[in-house]
Amino acid sequence: MPTATYGDTAVPVDDEGFFIDPDRWNEPMAEQIAREAGIEALTDRHWTVIRFMRAQYAEKGTGPTVRVLGKTSGVSVKELYQLFPKGPAKTAAKIAGIPKPRGCI
Amino acid sequence: MADTATIEKVSIIVSKGSLEGIYPALIMANGARAEGIEADLFFTFFGLDAITKKRWEHIKLATVGNPGLHLPTLLGGMPGVPDLVTRYMERKMDKLDIPPIPEFIEMISDTGAGIYACKASVDLFELDKDDLVEQVQGIITVGEFYEHAAGGQIIYT
Repeated sequence: MPTATYGDTAVPVDDEGFFIDPDRWNEPMAEQIAREAGIEALTDRHWTVIRFMRAQYAEKGTGPTVRVLGKTSGVSVKELYQLFPKGPAKTAAKIAGIPKPRGCI
Repeated sequence: MADTATIEKVSIIVSKGSLEGIYPALIMANGARAEGIEADLFFTFFGLDAITKKRWEHIKLATVGNPGLHLPTLLGGMPGVPDLVTRYMERKMDKLDIPPIPEFIEMISDTGAGIYACKASVDLFELDKDDLVEQVQGIITVGEFYEHAAGGQIIYT
């Protein structure tokens, strides 16, 4: 199984770099994951989405899709794509240390 | 990381005006954006109904000439049947949180995807810009479509 190293901690990730065990994640890791995903600095709006991703995962066992994020996170679809141009649900899940959300809509 | 080839851009052509003709293209465009893939939608011929103000809320499932529906053709052609079957399908999709076509197109537009109408079709159906929904970024020729599509994959539906 591949691992990724954040700070000085090696964590198991899947082939695409998503955390397998969200409990291994901590907030300082998020900045580094974000930079590797092409986001220079995390703003409060990024953090709103990241915390929402983790809360949804904790509650439902899966991360939300962009449609669900747009309807329930308090951040519009338009803004989500401004914050995470390479795919909001996918990128935010990676930064939030949860598995990649699966869903077609 | 899987170092396989990636798709960077898709241009999806929508040529059909039925519910089952339009949704797959919308799902593919939206799904492409969700993956960080650049996406454009190009509506041509009857596909224009999906971006025409007076039509986009009234897209029907094809109940005739659609063997996959497993409905006898004569029954499918009876008055009221297309509406009934369409409503049934819309309810099923709503349960899966698949948005109605107008809401879906608004969402796709918000993802940053391009939405274009085919000039030849707009002329053929005697439409103009005002007949099309506000998300349409332009009425373009086939040549301009190829310019937009350059460097990406073209998907015809």
